[in-house]
Amino acid sequence: MKKVQAMHILDGAGAWLLAVLWIAPLLYAFWAAFHPPEFAVNFSLLAPLSLENFVLAWEQAPFARYFLNTFVLVTMILSAQLVLCTLAAYAFARFEFPGREVMFYVVLLQLMVVPEVLIVENYNTLAELHLIDTILGIGLPYMASAFGIFLLRQSFKTVPRELEDAARVEGCGLWGVLFRVYVPVARPTYLAYCLVSISYHWNNFLWPLVVTNSVETRPLTVGLAIFGAPESGVDWSVLSAGTLLAVAPLLLAFFLFQRQFMQSFLHTGVK
Amino acid sequence: MISRRMMAVYGWLLLLPAISLMAVFTHWPTLTTFYHSLFTTGTVIRSSSFAGLGNYERLLQDPVFMKVMGNTLIFVFGTVPLSIALALIMALWANERLPGKGLLRLAYFTPTILPMIAVANIWLFFYTPEIGLLDQILTSLGGSGHNWLGDPSTVLWCLMATTVWKEAGFFMIFYLAALQNMSPELREAAMLEGTSRWMYFRRVLFPLLMPTTLFVLINSVLNAFKLVDHIFILTKGGPDNASNLLLYYIYQNAFSFFDTNYAATLTVVMLLLLAVVAVLQFGLLDRRIHYR
Repeated sequence: MKKVQAMHILDGAGAWLLAVLWIAPLLYAFWAAFHPPEFAVNFSLLAPLSLENFVLAWEQAPFARYFLNTFVLVTMILSAQLVLCTLAAYAFARFEFPGREVMFYVVLLQLMVVPEVLIVENYNTLAELHLIDTILGIGLPYMASAFGIFLLRQSFKTVPRELEDAARVEGCGLWGVLFRVYVPVARPTYLAYCLVSISYHWNNFLWPLVVTNSVETRPLTVGLAIFGAPESGVDWSVLSAGTLLAVAPLLLAFFLFQRQFMQSFLHTGVK
Repeated sequence: MISRRMMAVYGWLLLLPAISLMAVFTHWPTLTTFYHSLFTTGTVIRSSSFAGLGNYERLLQDPVFMKVMGNTLIFVFGTVPLSIALALIMALWANERLPGKGLLRLAYFTPTILPMIAVANIWLFFYTPEIGLLDQILTSLGGSGHNWLGDPSTVLWCLMATTVWKEAGFFMIFYLAALQNMSPELREAAMLEGTSRWMYFRRVLFPLLMPTTLFVLINSVLNAFKLVDHIFILTKGGPDNASNLLLYYIYQNAFSFFDTNYAATLTVVMLLLLAVVAVLQFGLLDRRIHYR
């Protein structure tokens, strides 16, 4: 029994050592951001706290505009995704039509070939549509999401036929059945999908970088990359502050709704 | 009642918006990528012309491409096993009855939620020569500083360390879910039998977690090919392409060198790599994962 206890203590020590190691980079960013620059690599308990770095970061780059752009982008993509994926998933789950199986595989192809891989061709398409440097342009390739269609279809398929028939008897048409029966049943799936989509697009970088070239359209990630470029000459403390500003909303949401976030990310393992 | 034929029409109509958007931004561009890879890039003096497999011959003679492929393979097959091993350890610990279990999980998972750009900004501090945190620790221990990102022999490993830090916690949740679904009697039985912990892990846990491992493996490989955001901040592919990866090289060719047809050829390579992984997924996963 002694041995078991010793093992338990060793386990705890190992687990906590790794945890401290793992969170240290982030804690360091907090340290640098909340202290004057001369304490960036000087860890003294007496170091004075200061918000100066945040003020400087906010003044040196148009973060307010970036926040607005990211917010508009994420909201636009998510609402389009919810509508398009719901309709497509409804079709796959409850309608019989020739070519349904084939089309489902055609849709699933997008799980593999994500829009990031096709930046070259998609940029040309966007140029033809005159949508370069627009927020709509960043969002368009992501609006029809195979992942969303897949998740919702799985969830819709769990609805018993009798429930649908009962709704029909009550006088629901095709739309009534969708909104009164299927959508309410899939509520947890919708929540999971929303969290995944929001965090994905809040953090997405490569495609927005390719599409945007002005302050009016750049999302936070692209703005942050420009802000942090060595040419811009900001120091660590200010850069840390800027970085924390950019991740704050998502990080805060995550700390508040940890369980939901982890549950949702579990869904990204599409099976 | 609605007739079968009308149902079919409705089905197609519901699918139409999503499928047409997808066709424009996924299927059609996949096809045009192949098509464009057969042409030379037009310039002001010379317009684009059919080149047959010319771009592919160029690939094979392009030393940068060879280096990029080597880097990409090292990056993918270095980060993936390490992230998975760490993820498994994290999950085992986060699943034990340890004090502050919730906090442990939080610490492991938090990097996952951050954008790669922010992660790279933070890690840049560590790698900076002399004043960076890594060098400060080294010199305080009596070692000497090192230009981590400026040295071709260390730069790729720095990128990989950053990537593992960000990804391991994500894979942890899949193991955690699998562990939580296991019956506690398994462990109790093993304890009664006096099985050592290592034996229990090797003979019971690990085989039972095999479907999860395979699943995480495939997904992480697919994912790793697309992880390039941190390169923009940390190295820009340098020095001398020592940290250049395939997707970043595609970006460079298309948007820095404006050689779009060569970029299309590189994209074909990327698509083929993804297709190989997909085939493996169908062959390996679908057959072996279903025994539970």
